[in-house]
Amino acid sequence: MSQSARQAVLDGIRASLRRGPLPPETAAVLDTRLSRPEPNVVPAIALGDRRTLVARFLAAAEAAAATTQRVPPGEEGAAVADFLRAHALPAAVAVAADPRLDGLAAAPMLCVTRRGADHGAPTDADRVGVSHALAGLAETGTLLLASGPECPATLNMLPDVHVVVVRALDVVGGLEDGWDRLRRHAGAAPLPRTVHLVTGPSRTGDIEQTLQLGAHGPRRLHIVLIDDDPAAIRA
Amino acid sequence: MHVTSRAFHKNVRGAVADPNLRRSLATMKTGFRANRAKAAAALPEFEALRDAGAAIKDRTLAHLDHYLERFEARVEESGGQVHWARDGDEACRAVLDICRAHAARMVTKGKSMVAEEIALNAALEAAGIQPVETDLGEYIIQLRGEVPSHIIAPAIHVRKHQVADSFRENHPQFPADRPLEEPRDLLDEARAVLRDRFLTADVGITGANMLVAETGSTIIVTNEGNGDLTQLLPRVHIVVTSIEKVVPTLEDAATVLRLLARSATGQPMASYTTLSTGPRRPGDADGPEHFHVVLLDNGRSRMLGTEFRDALRCIRCAACINHCPIYGAVGGHAYGSVYPGPIGSVITPALASLEDAAALPNASTLCGRCEAVCPMRIPLPRMLRNWREHEVARRLAPARVRWGLRLWSFAARRPALYRAGTGLVARLLVRLGGRRGRLARAPLAGAWTRVRDLPAPPAGGTFMDQVRIKQSKARDGR
Ligand code: SF4
Repeated sequence: MSQSARQAVLDGIRASLRRGPLPPETAAVLDTRLSRPEPNVVPAIALGDRRTLVARFLAAAEAAAATTQRVPPGEEGAAVADFLRAHALPAAVAVAADPRLDGLAAAPMLCVTRRGADHGAPTDADRVGVSHALAGLAETGTLLLASGPECPATLNMLPDVHVVVVRALDVVGGLEDGWDRLRRHAGAAPLPRTVHLVTGPSRTGDIEQTLQLGAHGPRRLHIVLIDDDPAAIRA
Repeated sequence: MHVTSRAFHKNVRGAVADPNLRRSLATMKTGFRANRAKAAAALPEFEALRDAGAAIKDRTLAHLDHYLERFEARVEESGGQVHWARDGDEACRAVLDICRAHAARMVTKGKSMVAEEIALNAALEAAGIQPVETDLGEYIIQLRGEVPSHIIAPAIHVRKHQVADSFRENHPQFPADRPLEEPRDLLDEARAVLRDRFLTADVGITGANMLVAETGSTIIVTNEGNGDLTQLLPRVHIVVTSIEKVVPTLEDAATVLRLLARSATGQPMASYTTLSTGPRRPGDADGPEHFHVVLLDNGRSRMLGTEFRDALRCIRCAACINHCPIYGAVGGHAYGSVYPGPIGSVITPALASLEDAAALPNASTLCGRCEAVCPMRIPLPRMLRNWREHEVARRLAPARVRWGLRLWSFAARRPALYRAGTGLVARLLVRLGGRRGRLARAPLAGAWTRVRDLPAPPAGGTFMDQVRIKQSKARDGR
């Protein structure tokens, strides 16, 4: 690799396009488009009122083999404990340092270790990991998780069981709405190092095209939706 | 790019005689094809998304230099580095230099077709660095010493008992009599073995499905989670990718994402779509400390100026491969190229040479299924025809074929002669077909009749004769 390789590739592209470097005016137009991105085709499944979007988010996540649970605010700790007990899973959970998950640390039935910030990185021994999503996408039942000091990205991948807490107020329509959240979250800084769009647990079809859940990432994905949006609560 | 496509015809004979391969390829119909059809039908906007996806790629390719420069600037702003490579050797060297700078001895690899294209594993091994494939399919074929036979299901040609054999041979740490009959057993064993590798690798190498100029992010779309463990656990993450993967904005990426998984496996979204932007940030507890992107050209910038430019819209979803009757009959290895199937037959002659790959554009019935399902609306059959024209023009086609075509075009330009000739042949074939209406042997059709009978045309003249008779009957009937 060298400066000459870079120049040769760019020159090759320009020769094929039968032009030199873009004139500054054209470049400026393209740059404006980059700084003000426009959506293309947005499917109808990414649109709807609050109640529809939250219901669709949960249904789509289940269609992707996640399990889901809706709980009133403040009950997420009990919900996680119930889920673990129901599936005979250990009560020892590795919880992201995210303060929005402090409620879990207070739950008496859970044995919580925090991960991220001053608590260190997740480890291979963490069997159950709990993260907080930045958003949920109704379109496909996808969770959007952004890494940061309090949201270590490996917690989404190392544990056997991944529990993700998401607020109904953070459930949005489609990918474009997710990008909006992400841009607001990042502000003027670059995007977080790792942004995970998670749709169901890990899987593979690599052996005779037989679908197996639980490949290298989590074998189970459980979503705890906190019903904090009055407009989204079922009648 | 190393190709062995000159052996295509020999490979095909081996492939069609292989019962394991037949059974493996049969799964494509009920798997990939049925799932894609369901997913496309479930999304009313699917056709509009295809139009939008193709338009995004066209716009990007028209300003490819600009978007690559912007992408590079964003990567650098977020603390990463971009390395440009004219060809596979330069790309391998860039990867090796980074590995050496970090004294790497073992690297984990997520699935990357560009890494296959540049034969990265061989380069790493030659430098004393052990590459470990972590995608289950890639891991299986690495153990078997093979190359992928499909771009998204690299081990589609392998049966589970063959996987079990490879695991018994390569995993002596487990009891010899352990059960490995079920896919679940095999998967769990691979998971256990590879977990250890993820945690101890010095460098993680992944490919990219897209590069985003707006943010400097690379995107991978996966189901297993191996690409994530590959890039998050080691100290260094190297992305090996190629120049046509760039899209302008996240919104544009969204359009491609809506097409990609649906066209590939029929999923609305794959399990994991991961955006990687630079190395870990101050305060982050995990993630790589170094982030490098190796940008490969390897003939693509040249392709941009040819009639094959549209093929650079390809998002490597494999839909054309899954729907190709030729691929379905012979599998991926027969093609002798890293990229098999219709898209492989279009880009291999461009990335390698037509001399080496001339058999591939001919390995098609031009049935059109590939273009019908291609999310990027790439006119694959047209391009296969274009290559055939080049082949004839450059006298690469066998003399027999060139003379045949010359004869045919002579007759085709003389309708009376053509009709007389085809009428004669049709009558002759009917006569030879006899009461069975089939021929076991026919002159000039040996390749066909060796494995099946040639149906004789229906009595009553050529197609044109019959149309004329029908039309005159319809007129009289009125
Ligand atoms: S040519 Fe089209 S169908 Fe084939 S892999 Fe590329 S995008 Fe998919």
